[in-house]
Amino acid sequence: MASLDDLKKRITSVKSTQKITKAMKMVAAAKLKRAQESAEKGRPYSQKMNDIILNLSSSISNKDNAPKLLSGNGKEKVHLCVVITSDRGLCGGFNSNIIKKAKSYFSKIISENKELKIITVGSKGHDQLKRIYVDKIIENISFKNSKNANYFDAEKVGKTIIERFEKEEFDICTIFYNQFKNVITQLPQAQQIIPLNTENVNDSESENSYDFEPEEDEILGNLLPKNISTQIFKAMLENSASEQGARMSAMDNATRNAGEMVDKLTIEYNRSRQAAITKELIEIISGAESL
Amino acid sequence: MGEEFKIEIINPEKSFFSKDNIIEVVIPAFEGEMGILKDHISIISFLRPGIITIYSKSGEEKFYVEDGIVEFTNNNLSILTSSIFNLDDMEKQKVQDLIKVAEEESSKPGISDQLKYLSEKKIEVLRNLN
Repeated sequence: MASLDDLKKRITSVKSTQKITKAMKMVAAAKLKRAQESAEKGRPYSQKMNDIILNLSSSISNKDNAPKLLSGNGKEKVHLCVVITSDRGLCGGFNSNIIKKAKSYFSKIISENKELKIITVGSKGHDQLKRIYVDKIIENISFKNSKNANYFDAEKVGKTIIERFEKEEFDICTIFYNQFKNVITQLPQAQQIIPLNTENVNDSESENSYDFEPEEDEILGNLLPKNISTQIFKAMLENSASEQGARMSAMDNATRNAGEMVDKLTIEYNRSRQAAITKELIEIISGAESL
Repeated sequence: MGEEFKIEIINPEKSFFSKDNIIEVVIPAFEGEMGILKDHISIISFLRPGIITIYSKSGEEKFYVEDGIVEFTNNNLSILTSSIFNLDDMEKQKVQDLIKVAEEESSKPGISDQLKYLSEKKIEVLRNLN
């Protein structure tokens, strides 16, 4: 059995860990509120953008003429996957969930004999993926310096992707991120952004005939690159809200576990203290008897 | 009510501005300024750098935009833009900063004609503010 001193030290160390996790939980809770707010406020923009594009694409008469960002370049050989994760750890299964989702997609692509390229956003995802897919990762983008997700950063990622698409480095692009549902639930998502998924155009919208100025394809050509940045920005917002949510519940669990541990250790400490006292008493008594 | 319609301006971070007693909005559409009144035909267009002027019952408001998309349907005008500033809150310094950014952009080597036109337009609009 551990000595009294050892037990005491362990109790103090668990207690101070508990203090840290508690503080981290508080910080995450405060940040979560802000991140959640901006995720919710950012939704109308990407939603509206999507609506307009769907409207536009349903009114394009000549599909062959449509911009490549919309209809794809006709091939599906090279897949680009953009995996968006956080820069910090200690947030439970947050990063692992995205990675797990991405990995299963990767192995599907590889088993279909297609080429895979990966861009990682955020250092945690890069750390986990480089162990297996180091030769597939073509770029690693990290925004350690910016405090909150901002549109400027998203635009940078978007521009990189479009540049690579124009150089025909890939045919299909999918982004991986966590969608924020609530504090304890985050859903890992895979969303294809190039070519754009326009299958769910509902017909009721297309009755609404629009006047376009300038022509449809010109608007689309202008809008689609923006949409990519917007979708990435949305993913980043959802991600940062999810990250804080995941961290909060992870830290909540950790605090509770630490509490349980302190209780257990305290009982053990008291027992061994009692045992030591009893032992000493027995020694004194038996010593006195033998006189 | 009669002659009024709704406007909503959204930027990536939030819903920037929304109002429902609008009489007329003048937007700097890509092919020229465009005034929108109630029951305008449904339209989608995009913006070049310029000033959005909103006339409502309670007066007149002006915003500076650099780009964006406009959709008007069922008497709802939505403007999506990533860079918008309310002229009333805009300080001289901010205007100068924006001019500087635009000037740098237009003097970059190898810039496409369209981008050059856009950044020169920005400078022109911003200079006229002062």
